[in-house]
Amino acid sequence: MDGLITVKGRNLGRFLEVLSSKRSIRSLIYACTVIFFFALILLPPILGILLKWNLIGQIFENSNLMSRAMSAIYASFAIALFVSIIDVVAGLPMAWFIWKGKSKWLSVLDTLADIPFIVPTVALGYSIWLFWSNETQGISSLFGASLVSPGWLLIILVHFVFSYPAVVRVMVGALFDYKRTYEEASRTLGAAPVTADRTVTFPILKTSFIAAFTLAFARSISETGATVIVAGTFENGPVLINNLKTTQQLGYEGALVFVSFILIAVSCMIFATIMILGPKLKMPVRKVWPVAERKLSSHGLTNLRNISTLLVFFVLVLIPSLFVALPAIYAVLNGTLNEALSSTGIWQGYWQSLSLSYGVAFVATLLNTVAGLPMAILIARKRLGVLPSTILDVLVNIPMIVPSIALGVSLSIFWNNFPFIPEIGLLLFAHLSITYPYFVRSMTAAIERVDMDLEEASKTLGAKPFAVFRTIILPLTKYSLFAGAIMMFTRSVSETGATLAVVTELKTAPVLLVEWVKQIVPASPLEIGLGCGFLIILSFVILLISRGMVRGRY
Amino acid sequence: MPEVRLENVTKKYGKIIAVKNVNLHVHDKEYFSLIGPSGCGKTTLLRLIAGLVQPDEGKIFIENKLVTHIPPEDRGIGFVFQTYALFPHMNAWDNVTYGPRVKAWEEEKRERIGREMLEMVKLYERADAIPKELSGGMMQRVALARALAADAKLLLLDEPLGALDAKIRFRLRYELRKLVKDLGLTAVHVTHDQGEAMAISDRIAVMKKGKILQVGTPQKLYMKPQHVFVVNFIGESNFLEGYIVEINGKGCAIELRGGVIVNVVNQTRNKGERVVLAVRPETLSIEKGHKKGLNCITGHIERFRFEGTDVRYEVRLKNDDVVVVVRPALMGEWFNEGEKVTACFPTDKSYLFTYPSLGLRSELALE
Repeated sequence: MDGLITVKGRNLGRFLEVLSSKRSIRSLIYACTVIFFFALILLPPILGILLKWNLIGQIFENSNLMSRAMSAIYASFAIALFVSIIDVVAGLPMAWFIWKGKSKWLSVLDTLADIPFIVPTVALGYSIWLFWSNETQGISSLFGASLVSPGWLLIILVHFVFSYPAVVRVMVGALFDYKRTYEEASRTLGAAPVTADRTVTFPILKTSFIAAFTLAFARSISETGATVIVAGTFENGPVLINNLKTTQQLGYEGALVFVSFILIAVSCMIFATIMILGPKLKMPVRKVWPVAERKLSSHGLTNLRNISTLLVFFVLVLIPSLFVALPAIYAVLNGTLNEALSSTGIWQGYWQSLSLSYGVAFVATLLNTVAGLPMAILIARKRLGVLPSTILDVLVNIPMIVPSIALGVSLSIFWNNFPFIPEIGLLLFAHLSITYPYFVRSMTAAIERVDMDLEEASKTLGAKPFAVFRTIILPLTKYSLFAGAIMMFTRSVSETGATLAVVTELKTAPVLLVEWVKQIVPASPLEIGLGCGFLIILSFVILLISRGMVRGRY
Repeated sequence: MPEVRLENVTKKYGKIIAVKNVNLHVHDKEYFSLIGPSGCGKTTLLRLIAGLVQPDEGKIFIENKLVTHIPPEDRGIGFVFQTYALFPHMNAWDNVTYGPRVKAWEEEKRERIGREMLEMVKLYERADAIPKELSGGMMQRVALARALAADAKLLLLDEPLGALDAKIRFRLRYELRKLVKDLGLTAVHVTHDQGEAMAISDRIAVMKKGKILQVGTPQKLYMKPQHVFVVNFIGESNFLEGYIVEINGKGCAIELRGGVIVNVVNQTRNKGERVVLAVRPETLSIEKGHKKGLNCITGHIERFRFEGTDVRYEVRLKNDDVVVVVRPALMGEWFNEGEKVTACFPTDKSYLFTYPSLGLRSELALE
């Protein structure tokens, strides 16, 4: 039997190889990939808004709504700018610490730094709210009053926390790729460590710093779930859209279209500016302050910097992120766990939404992996020529930089023209759009790292295109493939904004938790804690699995 | 007076001992080379001198000053990296004046030094070029100018010619030596190319597995190798195994495989000792036909190669040992493959070593 299957498998492989050597078949695959991208990923989130363009007039007749919208938009960008700056400022020394350090504990620290990235933002937001704002728990209980009330400051804290890991990850990656010889050369020429970092290492790694900043900015502009929980009466773009959608007050649709449009347009403009001006940014490398920088390089100050970096990480990032574990443990002790496991009361809905979340995440991950892989090859190997590939490369980013709730609004407007599509279809489309860029970007980078010579060597040995893919590209990029797929999965489970915008009946886990926290569905603090706890534990499991899988040799 | 002294220096990377209890003295104004096969610890030793890595044990002195815990920026060195490490975001001028800038020299002095250095390496007109726009040889020269611009008296070079084409490499070795001598510098040069080390150095240290086997002038290493590995690494050699069967007033007789006897003038061994006889291919002679004579062994030409300046024969002796013989191509007659010949061993200019306890093959291994 086994032999038969192998023969069949081999025949299939042979069959695909023969197919792949036909130009027309390859063109068909690439054509499908590009059509999938435009029809499902890129256009619906943009076209939807344009379809309802005529409604935009409504908001100009309502000055009250208009001023609310304008201040919300302003708040979104101001917070994103501020958060990305402090993220880079705080994340850089952390990345440095992980890179330069020699202790074996650093790999633990490295893993810990990933936690806020994989914990769904709703659970993160609730946890941070408990820590800073709740008067009976958290550090506020020590003062008898809320230390940080819900509002813009708490939003900044939350945004700082969930974009911090992304910033650290990008910068650690860049530092480990960086050829240390440059720094050594600078030292042998007489530069103190701080001078070497500032005049040589920083400028060489500039593009990675810009990428980290951009990522933090995009995440902050886009995030909805946690922001809604900690906003209080404060409104930024996503919170306003959510409030409009919940209250459905007169003229809300116009406001929805207006705010979404501005958020999308301004985000795109900002990212275009960064892409064009970023590479031209010059760092001040010619001026040197030998005495001051020598002092800054001293052991004492280096230790001080490392200690404050760790302090910021633990006090501002890690402990608040995991603070929800406390009520979750109480819940386990007082019997709420039994209620939850027997799925009585509100827990029935919880388990349903959890399976919906993971189900949608699984399907979206699977579809995007299949559809995204040829796209990554198209872009990385410039199969359509240099210019079209570059354009695709830029377009792929759009769903990532567009605020997710605005994307959801636009998407639902677009697909409501096709009433036969069920709500679950909309949910899936939204998640496909949001997660697609994460996968294609990381896969493109991975394929670009595979030396063209290897592909050519394989071809000279007689491999057909599909065989080249199966025996060279796939084995050498499989860890990036897993990493990309896991990133899509966690992003999808975490996704709140676009989901809130497209659904009316269905509830994913983050949407349900927002309702619990906002007491739309009455839930006790212990229940909320446990609900978040389950999500976090599941995320941990995924993190550990992914760490195991991604630990590659090449 | 930039002389370098290392006392009992050891450096480990985890369980691997990269440099093992090394003692070394590089004299003032000396051109000194460290050679050895890949992974022998020569680059680690250079990086220890530079302060780019710290030793686990031992002391390092530069100009008689203990520098073991002094960072590289305060050691007054110039370092040329194998990949040059020219800063990609700076042009040639900014690269060369980087040292003077981070040392906060006055502008007038910076400008003067930058100009002098670039003129010295004949690249002043390319001062605006960024590294990407320069050829390998040009990048090498900029790297050298940059290392010297910060007033270094001790120049450390890590395979500085390794990435260049053969012809350019050949020319640059003489330029490099001349420059170091003209400027009165001390240089420590790491290479795996023995020809380069021989041509460029005043003295050479041969390293293997983290240890220095022998230090000496190129001539001394070639003429008086003290280690079987050194004979093989500096130049080329045949190795024949045998036993000392007789010691007399003129030297000793060695019995090789198959009972063949070779006499040498060496008297340092004991009767009955198992030995390795090392004979350089250029010291063996061959004659046509089978002849008799002292140290002459009959055999036939198994392989012949014409290598340009030399011809190379592999001669299978009657005892089944194979020896390589190299003769200048334009001197004497050539022999054909299969031809019967007699190979004659010199009585001097060969070297005797105690048979290594771990076997000859592992003693000669390059990895």
